[in-house]
Amino acid sequence: MKSGRNGLSKHKKANSREREQFFDLRLYVAGQTPKSLAALTNLKKICTNHLDGQYRLHVIDLLQTPQLAQGDQILAIPTLVRKLPQPIRKIIGDLSDTERVLVGLNVRQNAEIK
Amino acid sequence: MRYNRNGETSRSAPQLEKSPTGVTGFDEVTNGGLPKGRPSIVCGGPGCGKTMFALEFLVRGATEFNEPGVLMTFEETADEMTKNVASLGFDLKDLAAKKKLVMDYVRIEPSEIQETGEYDLEGLFIRLQHAVDSIGAKRVVLDTLEAVFSGFSNTGMLRAEIRRLFRWLKDRGLTAVVTAEKGEGALTRYGLEEYVSDCVIFLDHRINEQLSTRRMRIVKYRGSSHGTNEYPFLIDESGFSVLPSTSMRLDHVVSTERISSGVKDLDAMLEGEGFYKGSSVMVTGTAGSGKTSLAAHFADQVCRDGKSCLYVAFEESPAQMTRNMLSIGIDLDKHIKKGLLHFEAWRPTQSGLEMHLLNVHKLVERYKPDAVVIDPITNLMTGNANEVHSMLMRLMDFLKGRQVTSYFTTLTNGGQAIEQTEVGVSSLVDTWILLRDIELNGERNRCLYLLKSRGMAHSNQVREFVMTKNGVVLLPAYVGSGTVLTGSARLAQEARERAEESSRAFETDQRRRELQRKREALESQIALLRSQFAEEEDRFSRLIQKDEECERRLAEDEAAMEKLRKVDSSGNGRTMSAGSGS
Repeated sequence: MKSGRNGLSKHKKANSREREQFFDLRLYVAGQTPKSLAALTNLKKICTNHLDGQYRLHVIDLLQTPQLAQGDQILAIPTLVRKLPQPIRKIIGDLSDTERVLVGLNVRQNAEIK
Repeated sequence: MRYNRNGETSRSAPQLEKSPTGVTGFDEVTNGGLPKGRPSIVCGGPGCGKTMFALEFLVRGATEFNEPGVLMTFEETADEMTKNVASLGFDLKDLAAKKKLVMDYVRIEPSEIQETGEYDLEGLFIRLQHAVDSIGAKRVVLDTLEAVFSGFSNTGMLRAEIRRLFRWLKDRGLTAVVTAEKGEGALTRYGLEEYVSDCVIFLDHRINEQLSTRRMRIVKYRGSSHGTNEYPFLIDESGFSVLPSTSMRLDHVVSTERISSGVKDLDAMLEGEGFYKGSSVMVTGTAGSGKTSLAAHFADQVCRDGKSCLYVAFEESPAQMTRNMLSIGIDLDKHIKKGLLHFEAWRPTQSGLEMHLLNVHKLVERYKPDAVVIDPITNLMTGNANEVHSMLMRLMDFLKGRQVTSYFTTLTNGGQAIEQTEVGVSSLVDTWILLRDIELNGERNRCLYLLKSRGMAHSNQVREFVMTKNGVVLLPAYVGSGTVLTGSARLAQEARERAEESSRAFETDQRRRELQRKREALESQIALLRSQFAEEEDRFSRLIQKDEECERRLAEDEAAMEKLRKVDSSGNGRTMSAGSGS
C-alpha cells in the first residue's frame, strides 16, 4: 500500500552496502491500532538508520485486504515479513526492540562492522 | 440409524438451540447436537479421533444441513487433510469448489519468527473473518488451536487472545468445534476448557486385551440434558459413529404376530404358533447340543416364509455351515441364492465389541432383515462381562426397536449352572430355550425345554431333541420314577410298555369273548324256557277251550230235550228233563 525508497543514505556507508542484498519488506497491520502505528514508526526509523536505501517497504492493512493474510501466513499483528533476501523471516510485535529487529532481519552484523 | 430419542418429548421448556452434527449417534446422545452459535471443545489424546469428529461435523453440516463451514487447520495442510479424509468418502475439494467449505492452513514456524515487542493475533481473526464472510459460513473448526502456543512465547497474550476468539465466535453466532490435546491431569494441555463453558467432549482411545476401543464422554454441556456415560464410538469407512449405550426407555412397539421357530414340535410347545415377532430368543446349551441346528431351522423357516434373515456366524464359515446343515435336511444355499438369507461370518477376535455391534447395525441397515441370528454370542466374550452385557443390551434394543426378531445362541460350559449364561443376558431375552445333554446308560442324549417365554402359555415339558435326516424332531421324553429317560433307555422303556400293552390287550380280548359266551349260553337258556312256557300255555288254553265247549254242549242238549218233551211249564216237566239229563 505504501512503498518507497529511502534516498537518505550517507555516502561513506554506500560502499559497504554495495555488497548487501536488497531488502523487500512487508509490514502487515490491522487498522490504525497503537501497536500498528508504533511498529510503522519504529520500522521507518530502523530502515532509515540501518538499511540505507537498500529496501522496499509495503505496508499492508489486512482490514482492507484480508485475503493477503493467508499468503504470508500472518497470524500475529503487527508482522514484518522479510521477503528478500531469502529465506523469509518474520518479525512480530511493535518492533520496539531495534536490536532484535536487526538480528531478525539479519543486518545486525553489518551494522557492527560500521 | 435412529435411536429412541430420550427426553426430547418429555421437556416442554424451551431448550438450548442445537446444531445437529450429523454424526451418527452423537445427536441422539446430546439430544440434538452441539450448542448452536457457540464454541465447543473436543479433546483427547493423540489418535483419538478429534479431527475426524470435527471434520465430519463440518462436512455433514455442509452437505446435510446446508451450513457452510470453515476449516482452519494448524497442523495439517489443506492437501494433507483432503487426502486423509478422502478414504472416508469426504471430498473436501469438491465442497470447497461448491463454496460449502473453506480450508485455511495456518502454518506456525517458530524458527522463522522473531518477537520484538507487543503483538496480538488479530491476523487470525482477520483470516477467520475473511473465510467466514467468503462463503457465509455457519460452522467453524479450529484444529488444533493450541498449536499457537508452540509458535509464540507470550502465553499471557495468547490466553487473552483465545478468550477473545471464543467470545468473537459466540458474538458471530458461529457453531465452532475447537480441538485440543489431552493434558496431564487436565482435559486439555493448555487449559482451553476454562474458556469454553458450553460444551466439552472428551474422546478416549484405549487398548483393552489387544483390542482397541474408543470412547466418548460429554464432560459438560451447559443448558442441556445429555447422556453422561461413556459412549463407545467408531471411526470406519463411513466416518464417526457413536453408539448410545441403551435407549433409556423401554418403549418398544410390540407385535402379536407370530413367527415360526422352524421346528414343528417346538412351535407346538409355544402355543402352537412360535415366537412373537420382534422378540428376542436365546438358545443356551453346551457344546454340540444342537444350538446351531436349531438356529438354522429358524433361519430356514424365515426364508421359507419369504422374509429375509441375517445370519451372523462367529464360528463357522458360510460354506461349512451350508454343508453341515444339509446333513439334517436344511438347504440354506437355496435361500442365499434367492437373496433372502444373508450370511456374514467373521472372527469375534477380529475387532472390538463396538465394531461388532456396529457391523451388525450396518448389516441390519443394509439388508433390513426380518430376523437376525447371531451364533454364538458367547464368542464375543473377549472384553469384560459388563461391556459385553451392555453391548448385547444395545443390540437387543436396537433390533427390538426395529421389530426384528433376534435369535442368539449361547454356549455354556458343562460344569456351570445351566440356567446361568456367561454373559448374563438371560433377563434381557423374551424366550429362552435350553438344550442340555443327559448322560445315562453310556450314552449322551439331547433334551430341550423352554425355560421361559414371555407372554405365552408355553409348554413345561422336557422333550428329547433328536436330529434326523429331515431336521430336528422333538420327542416326548419318558418321565418316570423321578428321572427322564432318553435314548435307548427310553426305547427300552417304550418296548416294555408296548409288551405290557399287548398282553393287556390279549387279556381284555379273552374276557370279552368269555362274556360273549356267557351271554350266548344265557340267551339259549332263556330261549328254552320261553319255548317250554309256550308249550304249557298252549296246553292250558286248549283245556280251557275244551271245558268251555262241554258247557256249551250241555246247554244245547238241555234245550233240545226240553223241546222234545214239550213239557209244560210246570215244575213236573222240569224235573223230568233234569232226570233224563243226568
